Amino acid sequence: MAWLKRLVGAALVLGCAGAAAGWPLSAPVRLDAAALTQLGPGDAAKGKRIFYAGGCTSCHAKPGSQGDARLQLVGGLELKTPFGTFVPPNISQDPKDGIGGWSVEDLANAMLKGVSPSGEHFYPAFPYASYARMKPSDIADLYAYLKTLPAVAGKAPGNSLAFPFTIRRGIGLWKLLYLSNQPVIPLPDGTPDPVVAGRYLVEGPGHCGECHTPRDFAGGIKKGEWLAGAVAAEGSGVVSNITSGEGGIGRWSAADIANYLETGFTPDFDSVGGTMVDVQRNMAQLTPEDRAAIAAYLKAVPPHPNGYPARKKTVN
Amino acid sequence: MRKLVIAISMLALAGSAAFADPILDRQALMKERGKIVGGLSKVVKGEEPFDAAAVLTQLQALQANAEKLDVDALFPKGSDAGDTTAGPKIWEDMAGFKSVEDKYLAHVKAATAAAPADVDALKVQINTLGGDCGTCHQTFRIKKG
Repeated sequence: MAWLKRLVGAALVLGCAGAAAGWPLSAPVRLDAAALTQLGPGDAAKGKRIFYAGGCTSCHAKPGSQGDARLQLVGGLELKTPFGTFVPPNISQDPKDGIGGWSVEDLANAMLKGVSPSGEHFYPAFPYASYARMKPSDIADLYAYLKTLPAVAGKAPGNSLAFPFTIRRGIGLWKLLYLSNQPVIPLPDGTPDPVVAGRYLVEGPGHCGECHTPRDFAGGIKKGEWLAGAVAAEGSGVVSNITSGEGGIGRWSAADIANYLETGFTPDFDSVGGTMVDVQRNMAQLTPEDRAAIAAYLKAVPPHPNGYPARKKTVN
Repeated sequence: MRKLVIAISMLALAGSAAFADPILDRQALMKERGKIVGGLSKVVKGEEPFDAAAVLTQLQALQANAEKLDVDALFPKGSDAGDTTAGPKIWEDMAGFKSVEDKYLAHVKAATAAAPADVDALKVQINTLGGDCGTCHQTFRIKKG
């Protein structure tokens, strides 16, 4: 029933508002000239870090591929959600089927504004609502790194969505509500550097909140329950509460969190599972400093109780 | 009389097997597995000193644990229902499930056979085994609230 309510709510926002309030309001907005000048020349070595922090390969590699094949960004994973099935596209360097023909400005508009080179809105299943907080220079570095990866031909199948989500223009209104380049958690002056660095990695490229935060009726992130865990938007089960609130990871030390991201072992003798496995393998590619920064930020975010309903225990 | 005793004890055995709870049994096995790996990872992290003999004993315990995991007995049809985080994919792809379990067992045996001489060697082995944990839990376990 919660899903139904959400669907109806989202339909209202996308449909009604789209029709009444505004065609002009829903128009795709590209980056302004000032932002574009911040792109800079791009450095592939630095871009590799952004690539793993951003977890591009988790969605864009061929499903089930292992090892170096994870760098063939041919797309095709099926993300089954209540809105329909989203299929991440080919973002390899193939000029026809992938993004080999894109300019760095094209990538920046896609990641920071959710706008395609042809001027259409992308669906926010592509987590640009998080990437919007990234520095343009990091996009340029990522662009340079992506250029070093193989071109792979083959188009992934398109999305199959239910009406009214098929109307891309409606996403313009969604963006007015949810797209912002501002941090989620304000940090006072004098906050230790690792916490600030961790905030950038978690809220921006890492897009942790996309799965770890519950969503409202229109599919937007509930910032008041930031990282509180959520019913999985895709597949079944739940995504963990990674705040220090009840049900969360308050008992984990910062070192425990960093170690988990490196090795996949939890301090309570369990291992990483589900979609987090790919994420953890990406995090293992970062530097110890980056993992420590993520841990420091997670220890600093406001605690919340679980953002998902309690599990029904069977009584014997 | 003797036949009767045998018949009764056989019945009792069959009964206890039928009434044993595979969900509880496999959870106990996984908990034990986690504890052993957790102890070894403390050595890898340098929280405990490396002692080759103690490490080998732990690896042998891990192998005994892995050999005890009888998929057919512990994951019978229908045991996806109840208080379990075992995912439905186990029964949809039983061959795939068994193959990741076999691969894990092979890695544990290789680790025991190689008897790590220092913490670096152990680290490589634990990373491999940890990767196996993740590979299985990625597909065959569902996290619930």
